[in-house]
Amino acid sequence: MGHTLAEKILLSRSEADSLAPGDVVMVRCDVVMTNDISGPIAFRTMREMGVEKVFDPAKVVLIPDHFVPAKDVRSAELQKVLKEWAAEQGVVFYDQGRGGIEHAVLVEDGWVVPGSVVAGGDSHTCTLGALGAFGTGLGSTDVAACLAFGEFWQAVPGTIRVEFSGEKGRFVTGKDLILAVIAQIGVDGGTDHVLEFVGPGAEALSIDERLAVANLAVEAGSETGIFPADDRTAAYLEGRTDRPWTAERSDPDAEFARSVRIELDSLPPLIALPHSPGNVVALAEAVGRRIDQVYIGNCSNGTLTDLRQAAEILRGKQVHPRTRAIVVPATQKIWRAALAEGLLDVFAAAGCIVSTPTCGACFGGGNGILAAGENALATTNRNFKGRMGSPEAGVYLGNAWVAAAAAVAGEIVDPAEVL
Amino acid sequence: MQLGGNAVVIRERNVDTDVLYPGPFLSIQDVNQMKQPLFEGLNPALRDELVGDTVLIVGENFGTGSSREHVPQAMKASGIRCVVGKSFARIFYRNCINLGMPVVVCPGAAEAASPGSRIRIDTEAGTVEVDGKRFEAKPIPAFMHDMLSSGGLVEWARVRSGAVG
Ligand code: SF4
Repeated sequence: MGHTLAEKILLSRSEADSLAPGDVVMVRCDVVMTNDISGPIAFRTMREMGVEKVFDPAKVVLIPDHFVPAKDVRSAELQKVLKEWAAEQGVVFYDQGRGGIEHAVLVEDGWVVPGSVVAGGDSHTCTLGALGAFGTGLGSTDVAACLAFGEFWQAVPGTIRVEFSGEKGRFVTGKDLILAVIAQIGVDGGTDHVLEFVGPGAEALSIDERLAVANLAVEAGSETGIFPADDRTAAYLEGRTDRPWTAERSDPDAEFARSVRIELDSLPPLIALPHSPGNVVALAEAVGRRIDQVYIGNCSNGTLTDLRQAAEILRGKQVHPRTRAIVVPATQKIWRAALAEGLLDVFAAAGCIVSTPTCGACFGGGNGILAAGENALATTNRNFKGRMGSPEAGVYLGNAWVAAAAAVAGEIVDPAEVL
Repeated sequence: MQLGGNAVVIRERNVDTDVLYPGPFLSIQDVNQMKQPLFEGLNPALRDELVGDTVLIVGENFGTGSSREHVPQAMKASGIRCVVGKSFARIFYRNCINLGMPVVVCPGAAEAASPGSRIRIDTEAGTVEVDGKRFEAKPIPAFMHDMLSSGGLVEWARVRSGAVG
């Protein structure tokens, strides 16, 4: 019996000679990443484990991004702990102003290669599957053990094969593809499973769009989401990394738990209505909803591709008077690239707030909190009740075209009508 | 492992970790202080029900969303001994196991329990009793059971690091 891609990666990073879904194995990490929320608790816990030094400083990366820049004394303390601990342990540290949102930084800076295993103290570590890696999101105690020993325990997940067939239309992006998957399998449809994205529609996606697809795998409850590496992956990694890798895919006789097929030819842009990423409708069904805040950013859709899409809509136009628009490039490098291309000026001229890279309002941390009764359209991945501020606010999730169009119209609208 | 307590019930499905412990409180590092915002976005009044040993009874896909360990840390610190539910989101599930707090999948018991019900759990036998009525739970895999028996991942790691023999 053959193995799925996820099984092959876990086999290569464990002592097991064979494995099947449900088996529990210890998995070796190529990279361990933590941030200003999961990190400080993990550092303390590592010490409680009786371990003073990390297993391998060259494989540990700290990226402050959640409460960045610090909004109060309590969050400033977190930043201080992170910085001091990084110096003490001699691990890699992306200080504020040097990195950006953790998952985007890891991808853009060559930390992630196909077949590698990355343990991250954040649920959206699944984003790294865009490059064919097994990225897994863990809590602080797990992270502490990874820092100490470079390993975590893992129940081998089954694999759900997600096939994207056909060709997607204008104004349809990776975000819509994954929302379609969540709509089909449900917010717990991927529990104990990995989503493997295949088919012509998957191969045609740019790496930036694959990031959005893999990123929201966890919103279906999945262990992670993964794209088999291909020529696009190789081209993206060229010049970014000197880590060795080989392109693996699932064996032809691998056993999948189930298969899901998404037909792209007929897929419209989608919207997840408040308060669940699984509350998905076609854009047309949400048209006309008043929008008080547009948020373009986050680890799924703060890429240069997203910023270009938004700028194409906003160029020469104004944000609607009843709406405020916040643009948050995911990393410092993306921010600078957007500056060089003139995108930031397009946003500023249109009346957008252009922010430094940060998680900020995405999780209600700061930098764009919603008041009761307000609605936001965000390119983020979670619209849980109270996620971006007041529990009486509503968050709609959509792609960058749709978000920028809503900024201009002050309500949800088809981007074709604005452009 | 045998444990028990009085039931505190959350019936909704897909209860996410954001409502269980909202983002602004994630800058808290002290476990005792984490108790204060527990359930803040869901129903703050539930906190008052956490007296003595309690067993949290939950619905489907409980703990979906973020990896924030503040949720099970705050639960444990508030006297919750075990969580019994219909199903669990993966990171929440493993965070609980790592903290040595059993998570038991037992839809029958979750359905039968009401607030204040007397709950008894036997993780070896794989049973949950609700006011004396017994239900079969989904077996806890051996690895996770060992982890729980040793007191969680910290204790497990202390053995590995040689901190304890
Ligand atoms: S951008 Fe939002 S979803 Fe992504 S890591 Fe930051 S808080 Fe989490």
